[in-house]
Amino acid sequence: MQYILPLWPAYPELFMLAMVCAILVADLFVSDDNRIITYALTQAALAGCFAITWLTITGEPIHTFSGMFVDDLMSDVLKLFTYLGVMVMLVYSRAYIATRGLFRGEFFVLVLFATLGMMIMISANHLLTLYLGLELLALSLYALVALQRDSAIATEAAMKYFVLGALASGMLLYGMSMIYGATGTLEITRLSEIVFDGGGKDVVLVFGLVFIVAGLGFKLGAVPFHMWVPDVYHGAPTAVTLFIGSAPKLAAFAFVIRLLVQGLGAEQLLAEWQQMLIVMAVLSMAIGNITAIAQTNLKRMLAYSTISHMGFLLLGILSGDLNGYGSGMFYVVVYVLMNLGTFGMIMLLSRSGFEAENLEDFKGLNQRNPWYAFLMLLLMFSMAGMPPTVGFYAKLSVLQAVVNAGYLWLAVVAVLFSLIGAFYYLRIVRLMYFETPQDTAPIVPRADARVLLAANGLAVLVLGIFPERLMALCMYSIQASLYVTQ
Amino acid sequence: MTFQTFIFYFFAAVLIFAALRVITARNPVHAALFLVLAFFTSAGIWVLLQAEFLAIALVLVYVGAVMVLFLFVVMMLDINIARLREGFWSYLPLGALVAFLLAAEMGLVLASRYTGLADMPAPPPLPAGYSNTKELGRLLYTEYVYPFEIAAVILLVAIVAAIALTLRRRKQSKYIDPAKQINVRRADRVRIVTMPSEKKDQ
Repeated sequence: MQYILPLWPAYPELFMLAMVCAILVADLFVSDDNRIITYALTQAALAGCFAITWLTITGEPIHTFSGMFVDDLMSDVLKLFTYLGVMVMLVYSRAYIATRGLFRGEFFVLVLFATLGMMIMISANHLLTLYLGLELLALSLYALVALQRDSAIATEAAMKYFVLGALASGMLLYGMSMIYGATGTLEITRLSEIVFDGGGKDVVLVFGLVFIVAGLGFKLGAVPFHMWVPDVYHGAPTAVTLFIGSAPKLAAFAFVIRLLVQGLGAEQLLAEWQQMLIVMAVLSMAIGNITAIAQTNLKRMLAYSTISHMGFLLLGILSGDLNGYGSGMFYVVVYVLMNLGTFGMIMLLSRSGFEAENLEDFKGLNQRNPWYAFLMLLLMFSMAGMPPTVGFYAKLSVLQAVVNAGYLWLAVVAVLFSLIGAFYYLRIVRLMYFETPQDTAPIVPRADARVLLAANGLAVLVLGIFPERLMALCMYSIQASLYVTQ
Repeated sequence: MTFQTFIFYFFAAVLIFAALRVITARNPVHAALFLVLAFFTSAGIWVLLQAEFLAIALVLVYVGAVMVLFLFVVMMLDINIARLREGFWSYLPLGALVAFLLAAEMGLVLASRYTGLADMPAPPPLPAGYSNTKELGRLLYTEYVYPFEIAAVILLVAIVAAIALTLRRRKQSKYIDPAKQINVRRADRVRIVTMPSEKKDQ
């Protein structure tokens, strides 16, 4: 039997895998003083993937590998943002990891493996590939968190992350097996056909759906499955925290869209998972925003802020229409942008033997360096959702989608909790501008990190004033990917 | 009840019993042995489903290799069971309540009319010359080649992570480098000092 398949839609994945293996071997021949070569190769791999993905965009969904892989516009756009996020994260964390003994080949290889996992998740059209991509990402992340072996807090964080992550994977797998039992297929396109036709056994489907939503909640870090988020954010080296908080959120968004919207998006099931997501979204916004107020550690505070942002993301998805998914995608892209900037700033203020992770460390930043204080101000405003930054527009578009879907009360609740959340973001602004500095060490970032950080901070402002392009891109890619067959 | 159904129920009962004992046995070695029993009975169920290659692979790989290794590790580690069980009784009431509720709800759903024997019929009998292994191999390298490769990458990550997390260069370890030993010259090891002879003091 002859077996031919179009391979070119998967060129980015293949290139990435080849590059990771090459870097793994090349790193052995590089001495510690020349580790910069590994770093350059890593950036080259990401840039190469960017170029390949860019050149192979067609705008039409193309399936290959017996329907296990899909290359549509949504996956292309999300992948492009993923590469950018990882590249920026590497630039920001270069000085940080160098002073902490993490500037090693394994760090870069694991980061690239995690990126490959995200790419696989984003392009998956089969529950099996979704799950394998997720595990590839998760395994690399566990190892990255634990990479700082001598730090007790990092080891504890890695242990918690690993145990809870394994539990979540178990739930997800159990749910998937139930879905398979009910419909007899694992392929998402086939699954949606069967479910749309009203086939499959309803009770068993919903039963599987419950477990899948619980597993997704764990992976997203939404309440009541959020217990690991603060500990992992706090315990991991800041560079790894930045990594966990940025690009994987894009992959998680794709995961939710593929599984819930594309696979199980039929009327009767949509109503079911909408209810579950409403509970998770409201609880996430409430607990995330209120608990964040009590934190004195900035990384912990941002962990709770992540939980509340994930609640907002779920709001977009549960709206259940093109507007909702599009604004959800916009929200997650913007969130990654803000998170990159904020953690980049934490690493900027850190130096050898000192972590700028407490709120006090930001006291009087304006006197030390007004420019960085201004960038941090923009990022905090955006996180809080204040105009004219892009965070405002992201929240607004999600709220519009929620109101359009007929959940006015949900929008009111979301606005109330955002107001509570604004308190702790603005507290940082107050510390920066109206307090005297405790720490007077000069801030000397590398040139590349300095330029990128400025671009990142200003992008938050510029995108806030001109959000139409990005919004249109998100809407269009969702439309071109999800609404072709219907 | 046909003989086949009887065998199925027998294996299923043993499997559930063994799985329960894995998590309730006090002694970790016993738990590992019950896991072996659980693997063995699930292999039996797979044979009933005419998946004999998978059944044999399960016994060979898991029972033969993985579990033996596991037993060695369990026996070598001196696990303090008393410390592991600290706080067991204080967590038991709540845990038992949640577990009971979960199990009852799942039972109610799964015992519904959708999951009876009639809904999950046994596969049709296969012809005598049918090769399970060949079919699996064909599927694995054609339709499932993509997940197959990803699984390989996951194993690679496991290797990289395990080495990155455990390999450390100890400064004080006295390892031997044969190349250095062979290349050694006399001058590196022995220093000949010329010294005038001294008279013993009287």
